[in-house]
Amino acid sequence: MSNYNSAAIEEFNGGIWVFCEQRQGKMMPTSFELISEGRKLADELGSKLYGLLLGSNVEGIAKELGGYGADGVYVCDSPLLENYTTDGYTKVICDVIREYKPEAMLIGATNIGRDLGPRCAARLHTGLCADCTHLDIDVPKYKDFLRSASTLAPAMIDSIKEDDRNLKMTRPAFGGHLMATIICPRFRPAMATVRPGVMKKAAFDQAKADACQIIKPNFSLTEADLDTQVVEVVKAAKKMVDLIGADVVVSVGRGISKDVEGGIKLAEELAEVLGGVVGGSRATIDSGWLSADHQVGQTGKTVHPKIYVALGISGAIQHKAGMQDSECIIAVNKNESAPIFEIADYGICGDLFKVTPLLIEAIKTAKAAK
Amino acid sequence: MDFVLSKEHQMLRKMYREFAENEVKPLAAEIDEEERFPTETVEKMAKLGMMGIYFPKEYGGAGGDILSYAMCVEELAKVCGTTAVIVSAHTSLCCAPIFEHGTEEQKKKYLPDLLSGKKIGAFGLTEPNAGTDASGQQTTAVLEGDHYVLNGSKCFITNGTVADTIVVFAMTDPKAGNHGISAFIVEKSFPGFSVGKHEKKMGIRGSSTCDLIFQDCIVPKENLLGQEGKGFKIAMMTLDGGRIGIASQALGIGEGAIDEAVKYTQERVQFKKRLSQFQNTQFQLADMHTRMQAAQYLVYAAAMKKQNHEPYSMDAAMAKLFAAEAASDVTRRAVQLFGGYGYTREYPVERMMRDAKITEIYEGTSEVQRMVIASHLGVK
Amino acid sequence: MKIIVCVKQVPDTSGKVAVNPDGTLNRASMAAITNPDDLNAVEAALSLKEQTGAEIIVVSMGPPPAEGMLREVMARGVDRAVLVSGREFGGSDTYATSQILAAAINKIGVGPEDIVMCGRQAIDGDTAQVGPQIAEKLGLPQVSYAAEIKKDGDTLTIKRMLEDGYMTIKVKTPCLITCIKELNTPRYMSVNGIFECYAKPYEIFDYNTLKDDPLIDPSTIGLKGSPTNIFKSFTPPQKGVGMMLEGADKATCDKLAGILAAKHMI
Repeated sequence: MSNYNSAAIEEFNGGIWVFCEQRQGKMMPTSFELISEGRKLADELGSKLYGLLLGSNVEGIAKELGGYGADGVYVCDSPLLENYTTDGYTKVICDVIREYKPEAMLIGATNIGRDLGPRCAARLHTGLCADCTHLDIDVPKYKDFLRSASTLAPAMIDSIKEDDRNLKMTRPAFGGHLMATIICPRFRPAMATVRPGVMKKAAFDQAKADACQIIKPNFSLTEADLDTQVVEVVKAAKKMVDLIGADVVVSVGRGISKDVEGGIKLAEELAEVLGGVVGGSRATIDSGWLSADHQVGQTGKTVHPKIYVALGISGAIQHKAGMQDSECIIAVNKNESAPIFEIADYGICGDLFKVTPLLIEAIKTAKAAK
Repeated sequence: MDFVLSKEHQMLRKMYREFAENEVKPLAAEIDEEERFPTETVEKMAKLGMMGIYFPKEYGGAGGDILSYAMCVEELAKVCGTTAVIVSAHTSLCCAPIFEHGTEEQKKKYLPDLLSGKKIGAFGLTEPNAGTDASGQQTTAVLEGDHYVLNGSKCFITNGTVADTIVVFAMTDPKAGNHGISAFIVEKSFPGFSVGKHEKKMGIRGSSTCDLIFQDCIVPKENLLGQEGKGFKIAMMTLDGGRIGIASQALGIGEGAIDEAVKYTQERVQFKKRLSQFQNTQFQLADMHTRMQAAQYLVYAAAMKKQNHEPYSMDAAMAKLFAAEAASDVTRRAVQLFGGYGYTREYPVERMMRDAKITEIYEGTSEVQRMVIASHLGVK
Repeated sequence: MKIIVCVKQVPDTSGKVAVNPDGTLNRASMAAITNPDDLNAVEAALSLKEQTGAEIIVVSMGPPPAEGMLREVMARGVDRAVLVSGREFGGSDTYATSQILAAAINKIGVGPEDIVMCGRQAIDGDTAQVGPQIAEKLGLPQVSYAAEIKKDGDTLTIKRMLEDGYMTIKVKTPCLITCIKELNTPRYMSVNGIFECYAKPYEIFDYNTLKDDPLIDPSTIGLKGSPTNIFKSFTPPQKGVGMMLEGADKATCDKLAGILAAKHMI
């Protein structure tokens, strides 16, 4: 079969690669995260780490990747690669991979990465694991991870053989209720798309950036290779998110009554740093502080965001009905016996007008540190 | 005997339920509060064939059966009694008599628009002085050449303000009593027809209920439905079928209240226990469910009999009597399980309790159903 | 013109998800539903049918009970359905699944005017890989994350969503499109549709039906033909009961932010 990946896996000794996505000539943050993670994996494997950068006039942004750990960057430059196209990028990447034979390839699980990864894996006839949140090569390190992040019995973890050298790609399934570690033992490169924001960016090292090697592989790409045509690329203004689809909801309750405007403003600021929207309990809607489309609860909307923050909400049953299935509930309330604390993952007993500004700062700091 | 629903009926249940949950339930409190007819919901139901479920495709119906219609009203009523009665009155009280008693020309003229939901139907029998005693009709129809002239008024007409096509009863021969009543198909555009006052009701507040006024209303001769003098029979046959619809509505309201009560009592904590852990709650819910399950068997049996063209008048009367009284009882108990919250409009059970009451009254009060049942028993 | 839509039956993970003591998913406790994104693909196909009169065929790989789901899809207006089902196909990863579905689509036949549609991803695996991999196996151009589709002759203009905006892409038929929920609101089954769906053409493609396709090779399908294997599966630690943080000062807030960061929630 023409597309059958027949090369022996030992021949794939070209190091670990990271597809470094750029948009409009600007590196996507996830590229730095993956280079940083890739460095660790390459060290575990005892091999080199390379970035793979496609675009038009992008060589100038390649060396920065060295500062996060890349030994070198393969740069494929062509006017036809200016905008991402599935056909153009897949052709170039597969040709270059076939020539240089990397052992593993990481791709950021962006909308583009998740379009590109499967297409390349299908063409190369290799395995791809989607949207990974954890990667290991060394088994002892993987065992440590299982000890902290799984409910597996210690004996079961101890019994895992330590000679496996495959890339172990761990990902959530079934909405995060199950985790699976996937390997690709018979084909190379083992491919993974990795969820943006999960891997930690390393400290930037200018000396390493300067030392980063730029490699320009030969590749051919013509207009005839492209079946899709990008007519325009539009950067959207900040999207309005509705309550139901929001990943984060920051809701206010009767607790803001002493300074309604101030309370709502704080909620908006907290929602802004968390990337979410503002909701409210029935009291805030009935009092006319927020419009009806903000209402969470029995007579309002039912939400299940990743993070639900309840500011000054006591947690009456009809409010809980609308938010109790949220993944992580954070409650701030002055009354320590407020029912909201019974369902909160994290409760802070205090004045929301004092706590919220501190929380905003703390989250900003934590995000900046990532 | 087979108590298992066919694959199609199971699929219908799922479809009705998804539709009711997503499209009907979110509006239920609002249309009740504002006494607003949910035109947008009717348009959506029309697209899905829900305004002509059990009529043949040749007239624009969906080609379903009576059971699939009963299930539709039931599932709608679980979340909104108003929406359920809109479908029931339209289907059973207007589409059905035209389909069952109309001439081919009448069926071809009126059914496609009604069954596709482009037009809404109503039924005009009740008058201020002719309620349970429907034979006391005072509206008159006089034949003058190629048309009848109707004079009089009707009251408590469901879908009245929104209906385009109305099956109306009037005396063509006042001396002949029941045998002097005739049925007509009246269009709202007919000269001399107008809509009177809108009733403010205890429940089903989103359904439009109003007076119809006929002032020298001109109805073409060809719009006589059935024969002259056969109107009372048409009305009674129509109400037999309508009772399956109202029984289904009552069934759904009761079941909907149980759904709400099961959910609430599992969430609500008092004395450090979920309400559902108290034996009183468990016994109440067990009784409530048993009653509604019994009602469902009666309703479905009546629907199947009508479908199979067996006599079903007594079955429909029993189904409506039992389902309506069970719905009133079950919704009242649901409010009690909710306690204070149940009495507020924050939760739907108080609305369900208000909606349930009408099912004991319209399309024949419970007392009329008992009369029908007793007469079938031969008790005189 | 034909539109072939791939659909999958999945456990409903939006409600409560039950996990067996051994860490596997208790599928029996969960309702089986049509994958939500796939319904957006079906809806997109149905609206193109209204515009072009195209025939719509759904294809699913799964066990025989998936017929119920396919009948439901036909009750929404789809013309016919194919269930790809066979022991030999069991245990397939996304790569092997794509080989098999591509072979089934080849069997149906993709003509010059035809379109293949998929949902972006299924809620059980959330991989978003099968659509693009089918496109590769069929040699079709693909456009994923479609939020708007306009057809003019043989050219489709598609709004392809990015995290920070969108691209407008032109592509000619035949092609493969993966659909997201922003594309449309799936219609309900209709009463008429439900009473018609069991009379519509329904076929099962098993191993024998597809075995002559070069894509169907024991080394590229099923568990043995899958490039990826599960090394370990496990459940994450259960969500603990609520935790009251001490104090309400800067240290408390820093601690909370630290926890959220460690859990990748911010």
